[in-house]
Amino acid sequence: MTERAASATAPVVSMDAITKTFPGVKALDRVRLDLYPGQVTALVGENGAGKSTTVKILTGIYRPDGGTIRINGDPIVLNTPNDASEAGITAIHQETVLFDELSVAENIFIGHAPRTRWGLIDTAAMHRAARKLLDEIGAPFGTHTQLRELGIASKHLVAIARALSVDARVVIMDEPTAALSHKEIEELYELVETLKSQGKAILFISHKFDEIFRIADRYTVFRDGAFVGDGLIADIDEDALVRMMVGRAVDHIFPQRDPVVGEDVLQVVGYDHPTEFADIGFTLKRGEILGFYGLVGAGRSELMQALFGITRPSKGVTKVNGQIRVIRSPAAAVASGIVYVPEDRGKQGAIIGLPIFQNITLPSLRRTSRSGFLQLAEELRLAREYSERLDLRAASLDQDVGNLSGGNQQKVVIAKWLATQPQVIILDEPTKGIDIGSKAAVHEFMAELASQGLSVIMVSSEIPEVIGMSDRVIVMRDGRIVAEVTGDEMRPETLVRHAAGIAATPQKEEA
Amino acid sequence: MSDTLPERRIPDRLNSRAYRLFRSWEALLLAVAIAIFVVNSFASPYFLSAWNLSDATFNFTEKAMIAFAMALLIISGEIDLSVASIIALASTAMGLALQYGAGTPELVVVGLVVGLLCGAFNAVFVTILGLPSIVVTIGTMSLFRGISYIILGDDAFRGYPSSFAWFGQGYIYWVFTVEMLFFVVIAVIYGVVLHKTNFGRAVYAIGNNPTGALFSGIRVQRVKFILFLLTGLMSGVAAVCLTSRLGSTRPSIAQGMELEVVTMVVLGGVNILGGSGSIPGVVIAAFVMGLVTFGLGLLNVPGIVMSIFIGLLLIGVIALPRLWTMLARRARS
Repeated sequence: MTERAASATAPVVSMDAITKTFPGVKALDRVRLDLYPGQVTALVGENGAGKSTTVKILTGIYRPDGGTIRINGDPIVLNTPNDASEAGITAIHQETVLFDELSVAENIFIGHAPRTRWGLIDTAAMHRAARKLLDEIGAPFGTHTQLRELGIASKHLVAIARALSVDARVVIMDEPTAALSHKEIEELYELVETLKSQGKAILFISHKFDEIFRIADRYTVFRDGAFVGDGLIADIDEDALVRMMVGRAVDHIFPQRDPVVGEDVLQVVGYDHPTEFADIGFTLKRGEILGFYGLVGAGRSELMQALFGITRPSKGVTKVNGQIRVIRSPAAAVASGIVYVPEDRGKQGAIIGLPIFQNITLPSLRRTSRSGFLQLAEELRLAREYSERLDLRAASLDQDVGNLSGGNQQKVVIAKWLATQPQVIILDEPTKGIDIGSKAAVHEFMAELASQGLSVIMVSSEIPEVIGMSDRVIVMRDGRIVAEVTGDEMRPETLVRHAAGIAATPQKEEA
Repeated sequence: MSDTLPERRIPDRLNSRAYRLFRSWEALLLAVAIAIFVVNSFASPYFLSAWNLSDATFNFTEKAMIAFAMALLIISGEIDLSVASIIALASTAMGLALQYGAGTPELVVVGLVVGLLCGAFNAVFVTILGLPSIVVTIGTMSLFRGISYIILGDDAFRGYPSSFAWFGQGYIYWVFTVEMLFFVVIAVIYGVVLHKTNFGRAVYAIGNNPTGALFSGIRVQRVKFILFLLTGLMSGVAAVCLTSRLGSTRPSIAQGMELEVVTMVVLGGVNILGGSGSIPGVVIAAFVMGLVTFGLGLLNVPGIVMSIFIGLLLIGVIALPRLWTMLARRARS
């Protein structure tokens, strides 16, 4: 399987032994990736497998620490995005950088517009060329249209026209269908066929297996920043591909625990939201760790933020210890004993600019103060208690949280919530982007909290973490709960299948 | 990982309070204030007179009352540019009340209530409709003063009762004015609120990271609403004092004062982008601005030139620490 599929043609782009290290994390470890002219190569892997890093290296945003990139056999160094575009590599991202206030033609030709001999932009020539490109890909709108008047699908077409305008040899499509309707996806597939027939090499990144098997000719699988295998789509089936994606050596020991699960603490009934999620219902028991798994965009974070009172569901009831609670603000959620550790630590979690102890006591000020007046000694005592419980590494409690590492910032955010003595703690991607040591500390602490009777909801996209930590896992897809698995059913394959919506399982599971 | 080390204990703080006080913006500002005082006392023989200095405080007491509330508002990441226009509207309302036979207590109530209502008006647009405060208050700056002009035209309200003059012209003891008393009391109240209460902590949290504050269970919009109310109220207090001192109301009253208030706040070390600043800083800044204008006044410098000095002072004092670090870095390398 790992043997490279023989091919009549040579690859246009060939990445070999590419390595990229970020502080504390090896994002890519000697990976390879080949892209062939006139073919679609699907890059497959879990979140954190290194797909985005690969795209950023190919488009000149990151520089690899080691390895070579060859274009038509010649080694090339891509130092800047400009180098990449001169090498004929272009990318259509989930959110491609386009300019809403400019016209379609200006967007297509920004940076390389045809010039008159006075050095000014030759508007007429630009619009003619833009028209020609749009016709090639069957885009119906005018070149003078302002971009903001277009829908997402049409914006994709503009991005593709822009890719064609630089005479790209390689087109990278990073989850291009994430925001598209069914009809628009079909149109995109046709466009991919057009690009293939023009001999472009296409790198297609998607989490959706039906898409991959529909339009890809080849696949390459990454796992944890390492190359796992590649080959022709015709030679592989979904099961084998899922196994390649998730099969891994256990490199992290999760804390052992004997869950003593008590009565229902949190009941969520009939949660609906106009756009993000629908028909959500679940219960959480005392001392339980409940995992929420799903692809990015499945609506997990949005659901949790609704539970925490940030966004308001259009319908639904929250019960804490059997009592109905109306939660219209985070303050109300905290008062009901529900707290939330957000994914976006820098923006939503920590208050950078305030010292550690003020971050920790912020939601507990009512307890540490006397009739509204701050009691500094009491604040420091509370902050110290929880910092030490979480083994915080800091120079002083008066230090700005902004100067802490990601892992220690996360500890401050968790300490802040534990100090409120909550009933339910929701952790949204609690170990994303933090170093291994802090990760283990957070995991151990979660287990300890659960054993002390706190109920934990953990949203995570990392399968080992979900399986290693959870007593029970709820899988979401497209804003709905599609499965709930426990015990031996908590296998990587099962979770990935449910999350990606692959129906072909031996026994059909109830949603 | 550190089995060999004794039990780790995170210290409460590394630097002593005295050290931090010495390195603070307030210390720098105090040095500037003293320098201006010394220069002034040499430049003019009339400067070091108790009565002259007492008169000089009128240059800043009314502005400073608003500046304390404005400091909290700016620390929270908002601003109110309509304060001078609130004074105009509140003063006009007091003048109207006077026409209907209001006495001193009623006049004061009218001034404060109009201030509060104007603050509430701003607050609704900013906190409920979510509009940017700079835009809203530029709008109400024209709106409030515009109403005064419609009511008064080229006219003026005069004939305030003599008991009303106490607020702006009265003395508590010897050279100490009623306005000075107000200034001190208000400074202490705002200092305590900002630095010693949960509310003050929420203001800092919001200014540093409004999303993070919301996600920490702070009622961000409610805090901001209260801050706009307070700024309106303090504009009402300033309107009472100023109207009392002048003894009349014209629609052009306190014109341009909003910028002087903001200048005072920024000079006091409040970050215009929100998140940091202190009331002691604003107090010293008030004295600095008062001393500069008074000193220049004694030297017969016209008002237009004076505003140049204030502008240079603001830029100079703000640039000083930045310049200092740049020079220090250059010296090291």
